Amino acid sequence: MNGALLRVEGVVAGYRPDAPILHGVSIEAGRGEVVVLIGPNGAGKSTLVKAVAGLVAVSGGSIRLAGDEIANTPAHRLPARGVAYVPQTGNVFGALTVHENLRVGAAPLPRRAASRRFDAAYAAFPVLRERRDRKAHVLSGGQRQMLALARALVPEPELILLDEPTAGLAPRPAAEVLGLVRDLAARGVAVLVVEQNARAALGVSDRGYVLVEGRNRLEGRAAQIAADPDLGGVFLGRRPAVAPEARG
Amino acid sequence: MFLQHVADGILSGAIISLGAIGLTLTMRILRFANFAHSELLTWGAYSALVFVGFFAAMDEALGGPIGPLSFGWALAAATVLAGGLTAALALLIDRLVFARLRGHAGPMTLVFASFGVALLVRNVILMGFGPDPFYYSGELQIAVRVGPVRVMPDQMFVLGLTAVLVALLHLFMTRSRTGVHMRAAAENPSLARTSGIDVDAVVRWTWILGATGAAVAGVLYGLTVQLRPELGFSLILPLFAAAILGGTGSLYGAVIGGLVVGLSENLSVMVIPSGYKPAVPFLLILAILWLRPHGLFGEPR
Repeated sequence: MNGALLRVEGVVAGYRPDAPILHGVSIEAGRGEVVVLIGPNGAGKSTLVKAVAGLVAVSGGSIRLAGDEIANTPAHRLPARGVAYVPQTGNVFGALTVHENLRVGAAPLPRRAASRRFDAAYAAFPVLRERRDRKAHVLSGGQRQMLALARALVPEPELILLDEPTAGLAPRPAAEVLGLVRDLAARGVAVLVVEQNARAALGVSDRGYVLVEGRNRLEGRAAQIAADPDLGGVFLGRRPAVAPEARG
Repeated sequence: MFLQHVADGILSGAIISLGAIGLTLTMRILRFANFAHSELLTWGAYSALVFVGFFAAMDEALGGPIGPLSFGWALAAATVLAGGLTAALALLIDRLVFARLRGHAGPMTLVFASFGVALLVRNVILMGFGPDPFYYSGELQIAVRVGPVRVMPDQMFVLGLTAVLVALLHLFMTRSRTGVHMRAAAENPSLARTSGIDVDAVVRWTWILGATGAAVAGVLYGLTVQLRPELGFSLILPLFAAAILGGTGSLYGAVIGGLVVGLSENLSVMVIPSGYKPAVPFLLILAILWLRPHGLFGEPR
């Protein structure tokens, strides 16, 4: 285990080849580490996780997972290689039952392995066990986020990409989700999380990167970033979004 | 008289249902209105005709009727083969036409391309078989009385087979891994892909299931009515009416929609001249789009 699990180097990517959104971004995430991406709207945070998840074409640089190049791998092959992705919106299949959502998560697994993983998912999220045969669209916002996480975790990923997992959640479920993020890292998963709420995110993260206009602006340990006087300037001239004591 | 129209309506509704299931599946998963779908019914019906002739030539006994039905094992086997051949045609059309347009062309481009495909398939069949009608069998059937209505044994068979196929399809979509993946990809293709579902495989399965249903519907139509090159073309409005009525993407919606279309077409002749019968599905489409645009069972988008 030499170096980081995920190593993104000089990535150029975007929805159209002639108009890249990322202009050479580099980040790393190690096993058992929570890494947060912050930055103003349009900085390319979501585009970066989508590029890692195989949803956005990469036209330059490299994305390595445990040393293997995965840039431009078809998105549906990545779960089998240990990459899970939870988008910000539309992250559950509303017309499917809770259990069917988990079955979708088992897509990269051989049939026999799946049922044991479902038991593990229900043990970790008892709320979902109670609603096993309910359609996912009747779940509350917090429960949906749980289901999205549970589905992503079914194949036991090594790297999980979370795009604004607390967006639109009330403070309590939001704190619950961030607590889960911490637990995942404690189990050795590398977590890369995009967060708009920089204060809360840096609170549960080990390291962070600040992106601005598709380029690296700032990086370091979460406490360092939180203390950086430049952070306020990054968020379009607002006062520093994060107080130094946020880390705790 | 009323009950006779109801019986006839349920029968033609069952056939429309089978065809509409495939149409609604492709509309939902491939996201365009495929006007060539109805030609798959014609293709399936004529493929079965070819296989029936082939089997009958091979072995006389195969061609003989089963019990009170007008057809024998030859048609049963021919239908299975026709299903396969129709699925193959659908996959070929997708490869040559629709796959090239998906992703970068708008849905209207795909719709117009499907019109072109429909014309091509219909005229290939017309060239091969000519405009005259064909029948699978020359056997005469004696209608049986069920309460106040008269039905042919073949018609009972059509109803039974449709019910069995719909039940099997329901089990497939809810129990099998591929079925769940199809429903997931229909709802959110991008989330399905990042969850590890090969959406290209889902698209192939959609064509296979839709085309097989179309082929069976075509054979059943040929069995209870007759085979004509414009068999599918004449069903295009009823098929779309059933799919839209039920709600795009809803299997049960397509079944109920098919029955409603069949019943209203057949009952309409009690109040309007039968020459206006083909306008009934059109009125149904207008009514449903006005009252409930997402259909009876569809989810609003």
